[in-house]
Amino acid sequence: MDLNSLYSEIIMEHNRSSHNKGDLENPTVSERGYNPSCGDDLNIEFILEDQMIKDAKFKGYGCAISQASTSIMIDLVKDITIKEALDLADIFLRMIQKDASDEEIEKLEEAIAFQNISNMPARVKCAVLPWHTLKQALKNY
Amino acid sequence: MDSLDVARIKKDFPILERVVNDKQIVYLDNAATTQKPTSVIEKINDYNRFSHANPHRGAHILSVESTKIYDDAKEKVKSFINAHSTEEIIFTRNTTESLNLIAQSYGREFIEKGDEIVITISSHHSNILPWQRIAKEKDAILKYLYLDKDGRLPMEEVYKKITKKTKLLSIEGMSNVLGTIHPLKEIIKYAHNMGTKVIVDGAQSVPHIKIDVKDLDADFLVFSAHKMLGPMGIGVLYGKKEILESMPPFLLGGDMIEYVSEQDSSFAPLPFKFEAGTQNVEGAAGLLEAINYLENIGIENIKLHEEVLTQYTLEKMMNISYLDIQGPLDMENRGGIISFTIKDVHPHDTATILDSYGIAIRSGHHCAQPLMHYMGVPSTSRVSFYLYNTLEDADKFLYAIKNVRKWLGYGS
Repeated sequence: MDLNSLYSEIIMEHNRSSHNKGDLENPTVSERGYNPSCGDDLNIEFILEDQMIKDAKFKGYGCAISQASTSIMIDLVKDITIKEALDLADIFLRMIQKDASDEEIEKLEEAIAFQNISNMPARVKCAVLPWHTLKQALKNY
Repeated sequence: MDSLDVARIKKDFPILERVVNDKQIVYLDNAATTQKPTSVIEKINDYNRFSHANPHRGAHILSVESTKIYDDAKEKVKSFINAHSTEEIIFTRNTTESLNLIAQSYGREFIEKGDEIVITISSHHSNILPWQRIAKEKDAILKYLYLDKDGRLPMEEVYKKITKKTKLLSIEGMSNVLGTIHPLKEIIKYAHNMGTKVIVDGAQSVPHIKIDVKDLDADFLVFSAHKMLGPMGIGVLYGKKEILESMPPFLLGGDMIEYVSEQDSSFAPLPFKFEAGTQNVEGAAGLLEAINYLENIGIENIKLHEEVLTQYTLEKMMNISYLDIQGPLDMENRGGIISFTIKDVHPHDTATILDSYGIAIRSGHHCAQPLMHYMGVPSTSRVSFYLYNTLEDADKFLYAIKNVRKWLGYGS
């Protein structure tokens, strides 16, 4: 896989952008996502209301892939229902395993940028970290 | 300028001829594992083709040959580190298993409540976790030797932490993250005066620095074959004979017994007491040939060659403004490992981008999380040299790291 398709424009933009970074006041749930093998360490906060994700922000340290994947995910899951967010997580994780239909993948919008990462086994865990963290955070709601 | 004919050496390593995406592999991840020369590959191959059998058992010719290869390997390791006898050489799987063996056998038997175990903050996890467990089990105290801001271990720290209460000191010969070489002889002498037994984790030092256990007077020395041109799955535990004799066996089973009755057993003498079960003979064959290769070139020459490469690379890296180097910036007591970070770039992105240039380096916490925490960095990238690396490799690496920030959309 060549670098241009890994570090695509959309991933670079989100990596450098901080619009989804920071703290929320009184978050409903806060979840840490950690890759022990590489040290990517995120904390994602959510405000939940009436089964909807009202707001989300993240803090933490990680590579460009994990940072961008988290930022893109937050853009996607804001103002949708918890169920819809978990469905997106499911599609994202299956996309990485090359087990999602084109129709499903389209729902991932900007997160489609990570589709090719399945060709880079060493970096898959960076891209899926925020989605696993989201699943963990929302599982009891 | 250089002590080695590297062009010729490089030809001995078939993997270094590999071309991926039109780029010849530049292998700079030698602190993780090293590549094998043809002679090592063939030795393992020959063993499997012609002499494979269970050693120390059968009366048939194959078992006799297998036994000879295994015993020859032990003899070779003995002379390589200048031990007194092969009774002091135990084959294990790797450095990690050797350290666990010492902790579980020596530690369980001799560490008591209130005793102190001292390790360095730069220890690999394999030299931390076994001692954390023993310290918890025995109500002993685990203490750390801290490095100074240059990544070196000051003797004052040794004088302060090693006391009459210190039962054990376990210290690496060379930091796998920083490349720092500790003044082992001085430290061991001081520790012995306090009645402290000393384990040397030689995983990073034995492949690069001539070691003489008699001269060093270490009580234990552990290292792995795969970081010195040999195969994975075989490592060494050296221990002074009288200490090994005082220790209970680690694993129990075949090949390590004298007599076994229904309720009781007695154990075989050294070194077999610590080698339960069928051993890794093809690993031993590979290690034997790896040492032959290293001895032919000369460890001292390898060290000089690595110093040339490291000094050259360090000096060039220091001139790059957005690059931070963790560890000593000069060549005093320093080996061929350089850890670094690039401003605004996560080390994993650095490694991925370098990979696209055909350059293999390591990134992450290097199994040294307490050290990362102490240095205040979550992870680093690491380049590490060995005998087959050239100044051209260093130049390719330097060229590639100057391009990393551009790939991520930063100016320069």
